[in-house]
Amino acid sequence: MSGHLIDLYGWSHAIASFLLWLGSLPLELGNWVAINLTGAPSPGPLTGVIGFLTSDGITSLTAAIIAINIMLVWAAALHLFTLMWIERKLYSRLQDRRGIMIGLGSFDFLASTLGRIPIIGRPFRRPSHLGTGYLQNLADGIKLIQKEVITPTNADRWMFHVAPVLITVSTLMAFVALPWSDGMWLMGSYETRPLGCVTDCTSVPVNQWGILFILAVFSIAPLGILIAGWASNNKYTLIGGMRAAAQLMSYEIPLALCVIAIVVFSGTLDPFELVRRQTERPFTFGPWTIDFLPNWYILNPILWIAFIVFFISVIAEAERIPFDIPEAEAELVEGWTTEYSGMRFGLVFAFKWLRALIGAGLISILFFGGWTGPAFVTLGVENLTTPQAEAIYILPQEFWFSLRVYIIFIVFVWIGWSVPRIRIDQILNIGWRRLVPLSLLAILLAAGARAWLGGF
Amino acid sequence: MGEMWINMGPQHPMTHGLWNLRIKVDGETIVDAEPEIGYLHRGYEKIMEVREFQKNVVLTDRLCYVSSITWSHCYCLACEEIMGVEAPPRGQYLRVVTNELQRIASHLMWLAAYGPDLGLLTALLWALRERELFLDLIQLISGARMNQNYPRIGGVRNDMPPDFEKYCRKVIAHFRKKLRDHEQLFEQSKLFQMRTVGVGRISRAQAMDWGVTGPNLRATGARIDLRTLDPYDAYPDLTFEAVTRSEGDSYARYKVRMEEMKASCDLIEEALASMPEGPYRSKPPRRAEGEGFRRTEDSRGEAMFYVIGDGDDRPYRVKIRSPVYSSIFAAPLMMRGNKIADVVAIMGSIDVCVGEMDK
Amino acid sequence: MGVEGEVLGKLRERFRPSDAAIVRERVVRIGIERNDLLPVCRFLKETLGVEHLTCISAVDWRDRYECVYHLTSWSRNFMVQINARIPKDDPHIDSLTPLWNGANVHEREAYDLMGIVFDGHPNLVRILLPKDYEFHPLRKDFPQEVDRQYVSRRKIGGGG
Repeated sequence: MSGHLIDLYGWSHAIASFLLWLGSLPLELGNWVAINLTGAPSPGPLTGVIGFLTSDGITSLTAAIIAINIMLVWAAALHLFTLMWIERKLYSRLQDRRGIMIGLGSFDFLASTLGRIPIIGRPFRRPSHLGTGYLQNLADGIKLIQKEVITPTNADRWMFHVAPVLITVSTLMAFVALPWSDGMWLMGSYETRPLGCVTDCTSVPVNQWGILFILAVFSIAPLGILIAGWASNNKYTLIGGMRAAAQLMSYEIPLALCVIAIVVFSGTLDPFELVRRQTERPFTFGPWTIDFLPNWYILNPILWIAFIVFFISVIAEAERIPFDIPEAEAELVEGWTTEYSGMRFGLVFAFKWLRALIGAGLISILFFGGWTGPAFVTLGVENLTTPQAEAIYILPQEFWFSLRVYIIFIVFVWIGWSVPRIRIDQILNIGWRRLVPLSLLAILLAAGARAWLGGF
Repeated sequence: MGEMWINMGPQHPMTHGLWNLRIKVDGETIVDAEPEIGYLHRGYEKIMEVREFQKNVVLTDRLCYVSSITWSHCYCLACEEIMGVEAPPRGQYLRVVTNELQRIASHLMWLAAYGPDLGLLTALLWALRERELFLDLIQLISGARMNQNYPRIGGVRNDMPPDFEKYCRKVIAHFRKKLRDHEQLFEQSKLFQMRTVGVGRISRAQAMDWGVTGPNLRATGARIDLRTLDPYDAYPDLTFEAVTRSEGDSYARYKVRMEEMKASCDLIEEALASMPEGPYRSKPPRRAEGEGFRRTEDSRGEAMFYVIGDGDDRPYRVKIRSPVYSSIFAAPLMMRGNKIADVVAIMGSIDVCVGEMDK
Repeated sequence: MGVEGEVLGKLRERFRPSDAAIVRERVVRIGIERNDLLPVCRFLKETLGVEHLTCISAVDWRDRYECVYHLTSWSRNFMVQINARIPKDDPHIDSLTPLWNGANVHEREAYDLMGIVFDGHPNLVRILLPKDYEFHPLRKDFPQEVDRQYVSRRKIGGGG
């Protein structure tokens, strides 16, 4: 079994302590100077400040800031770039072309650089199209940043500025509650298991309301979209915003109902507990057990309806084709994002992918066993009782989680670029008349399974 | 919200060309529609009066730039009516072959535009990839991919190169397989049918009344194809059956064009097999007097040129009849009762080419 | 003989047009005055089964206008070309929109480019040119900007 690589709280506490210690060094020096050179009484005048800086409260605060920084900025950005790259390359290949090609291999640093310096009279060589294309999205982001930010004249200024903030913030808040492994999470606490133990205890993370929190903040985005559509002072964005809000709100229901099916089946909303249930025992179906299969909920036939409905709802929530009529409609130009220029548009556009990422993360936690996988070779001692303490895993849990997320995302892209989009009334028809009854059926099945076949 | 007029265009990703569609909506439902055209009006008929007969082929190529050979072919036929010349058999067969190649290329361009309209962005790349093969073939025989200036009054500009037939057969065989892939792309998921079946329905009587011709008319159940009804050039010698469907909605129009591509493949193979030897061009007189008209089955319908000469070496009057001109103004009939989101599906299925519409 | 002969015979006996001829197989051509237009077209549509109006062209001869109508019968597969003469000083003629709705656009174009007014047309406004354009460009007195190379041989030779 693989272990986690990044122990976010541990590392962020360590980094915070280190940084605060570093920051207190000049203060210590000043103290020493004050005591020895100026004759101040010992302890020196700056001792209180040093004590305050290195206290538990400030350390925790700094650790929290660093953890948030790592998780939201770096992990989100890294995964965002990777997802965008995957999508652009994959759909290009589906379309029988190569896709974005300017990447790290395009810049020929190994060769002589003289020919590349723009000396007057000597031509500058453009980067070659031999890279992987990974840097293209960074380039697109830089392009969007340097564009002029235009606010329409009669737009509702406050709402116009607030709307992308709402969308961005709500998506990042969902990121807060989405764990990437046993150690890489922001929202949660440690508990000892088994409960009430004295010897042979392990400390595991728990987050009692994790999935509920993710679903709740996921639902704030329709509000932001509606505000954006209204505040742009444009007939078409209004229509687009209303359609988007209708679609997203309609598909929240089957989304939540399928989660309820899983909750009924497993008894917990805790993402860590769900993963533990799916991994710490072999595949169980009532009295029968199949030893070589993991207990992933996707393998359980009772939950197949829940999986299919949840999958379709996630595609609709992430506003991907075939459900992307609010924003990529041929007659509404860009729909509710039409009036946004520059990085504002870039943000809402990028957060579409992050919402898909969160959806894929939810699917992998709920159905595919989260972040488990074989470790292959471990360096160090694989200690099964305190795995987070000692071993270094070649393929850590973060890798397996990312792998699941990317594979699910690849299926999203594959579906999205092979089918046309459907009209808004057809979307709402499917959402209300087909998916809601199916998700209720899924809850019924899960409840029946729980009642007659025992706990899972 | 009451009824309001919405402008779709002239700058709009859906319109495939420069024209404006005003639709009157009541909520989401379309009550009326009014196309506004003329943004691409170039004064063709006036220009053609000062250029010599043969030099006008350069202009007629650019009428519908997606399907140029068919338009120049029609013009050359009309001029041959006045001048009293007839193309030699080999010239006629060459015109038929290039006509059908151009028709397939035009239908592929339509497919490449129709898919993205509905959200199926992959269709653009796939259809254009196939179109490249046909443009290469057309370049092989005429020297240019688009606006080829290939038909001549009295025949064609040059004979086909010696390896043309071999490449043509290869491309056609490859294309038949790929056409199955394209059909699968569109039809394997029901979503395309959800968007197009029952959308934009027009009845046969209405279509005939409004002057709709071509695949749009054949989709309503009328077995009307000028290549069988009023054949020209080598068409009387070739076996050909018009493709029809009876529903009259966007899906039927889509299907008719897909089947027509297959029928064109058959025509090309048959024409290549029975191509006679001999000259490919007869020399027309320089001056012409009289009037003549000729209509052909263009990719989009019935195209007609009416040419009047008064004894000079250039036409006195040229009248261009464009099939899209009539079809677009029958579109309001197709749109009433549908939703705004269906406008894209309907207009895409009519296959608008603004160049020939605005002249 | 064929269908074109039959059509020609029926038109001759009913309307006695000034010139009527068979152009080629399945195509008949008649020339009429503008007052006869609606009766002829009505006869063609109702009796002879002409379903489709292919085109309406407007021609500016130096002494008159002419509206050339091309009508098609799909069911019996023949075409009729009607040349209707219109005096230059009174460019009015009846509209065919009551018979075929397809005439609507063609008549708008003829009005737009040549200035022929169709009486009875439901919406005779310009279609290709801007709505506030003042001229009818296809008329022969609307000047062409011609280069030396576009001057015809006849004109070079001193003709008109």
